[in-house]
Amino acid sequence: MLHSRTEPGDRSIGRMAGAALKVRAALVQSDRMSDTGSMAVAPQIGDDDDRLMKAALLASVAKNRDRKAFADLFGFYAPRLKSFFLRNGADWQAAEDLVQEVMLSIWNKADQFDPQKASVGTWVFTIARNRRIDALRRERRPEPDADDPAFVPAAEPAADTFVERTQQRREVQRVLAELPPEQAEPIKLAFFGDLSHSMIAEKLDLPLGTVKARIRLAMAKLRPALGALK
Amino acid sequence: MMELAHSSGHIGPQVTEPSHHPSEDMLLEYASGSMAEPMAVLIATHLALCPSCRQQVADLEVLGGQMLEKTEEVEVGDDLLARLMSELDGAPEAAGSPSRSPQTDASTIDVDVSVPKPLRDYLPQPLHTLDWKGRGVAQINLLAERDDYQSRLLKIRPETVMPSHTHDGMEATLVLRGAFTDRGQRYARGDVALADGSVDHSPVAEAGEDCICFAVNGGPIRLTGPIGRLFNPFVNL
Repeated sequence: MLHSRTEPGDRSIGRMAGAALKVRAALVQSDRMSDTGSMAVAPQIGDDDDRLMKAALLASVAKNRDRKAFADLFGFYAPRLKSFFLRNGADWQAAEDLVQEVMLSIWNKADQFDPQKASVGTWVFTIARNRRIDALRRERRPEPDADDPAFVPAAEPAADTFVERTQQRREVQRVLAELPPEQAEPIKLAFFGDLSHSMIAEKLDLPLGTVKARIRLAMAKLRPALGALK
Repeated sequence: MMELAHSSGHIGPQVTEPSHHPSEDMLLEYASGSMAEPMAVLIATHLALCPSCRQQVADLEVLGGQMLEKTEEVEVGDDLLARLMSELDGAPEAAGSPSRSPQTDASTIDVDVSVPKPLRDYLPQPLHTLDWKGRGVAQINLLAERDDYQSRLLKIRPETVMPSHTHDGMEATLVLRGAFTDRGQRYARGDVALADGSVDHSPVAEAGEDCICFAVNGGPIRLTGPIGRLFNPFVNL
């Protein structure tokens, strides 16, 4: 599924599919090893090669400084990141510059990506979000730091497996697709419009309470899908 | 005062999980990156103390990742990839770090665990050396450059009533040390008390020890100028 309009992606799909299969085997294997025995593993993952392929590409960028793999990731993410930054108020040139910066971060931080912890898409989103806050809003992004002595670790470390997250992702997609537009809109504006809820209310010409109520309705539907890991 | 600060300084990892949390829509604003910095500092500080809210934020980031992957594509310049490739050689490792580096903890040995790092980065100096103004309720203004929010560190003497004030937006108060009660609820370390302007409340610090809180109130100034950008053709997702 990593086809894109830019050329580099198309030529390497075969090779990357092979890599994806290897990664999948490794991930499923590690799931099995940490499995308590109750999970059915194999059947659900067949349709998620897309995600595996991205993880494989990124792993190759990290390990082999693989430019080809990087170009493939660029082919998929750059046009979407451009859209993301344009929606967030960047002009055409600023959006291009920000895409370039995020892609550079992906190159530089590829070794920090852990496919057991997040999908590539989630990881790229957090990088893009933080660039947006820094570059477009000119604010700092405060985040908890697990190395901080004051940090309270989870009593039970999250034991989500690759397979579980795959299920989560599919479920979230389904719920998102089924949300009525008036509930989906405020969520999209929060992620893509850089709008606080009161700004969303202003843009949609609705009372703040209405916007919050719609967000709550949407989140009530999304929560079971998002929380499926716990 | 310094003795006091240190004597109760061993309250990091042993603390039980907070029982009063930010609202879900605050977590959504934080996860999506649309929350203003002062409130984001408060949320991030709560997150350092609250594994379950961290999990919720992680879940919401999954949502963000999916929305990014499903968004429509906008063509990038023909030469962008080539330019990028030529930069990969000399790319400094720190390039594109997510944010300007906050002031560093030069004195990590002297870290006061009562203030988690997200907030600690905003303190002018370590907590126990701060120059508090005021008696029953002492306060220190933080993020003073933000005129749309009021962000304060509060130190309330035991059994003292916290100041009541009016504000237009929401008020969030995060307890760092000690505890207070308000409207029949007890708020201790890590807990977030929420109130909007209409709520008439008078929190009281518990007996025994000073209660130190981080309080943020206010709200974004209503949009006037940059409204145009909200209507650019790419907003209609």
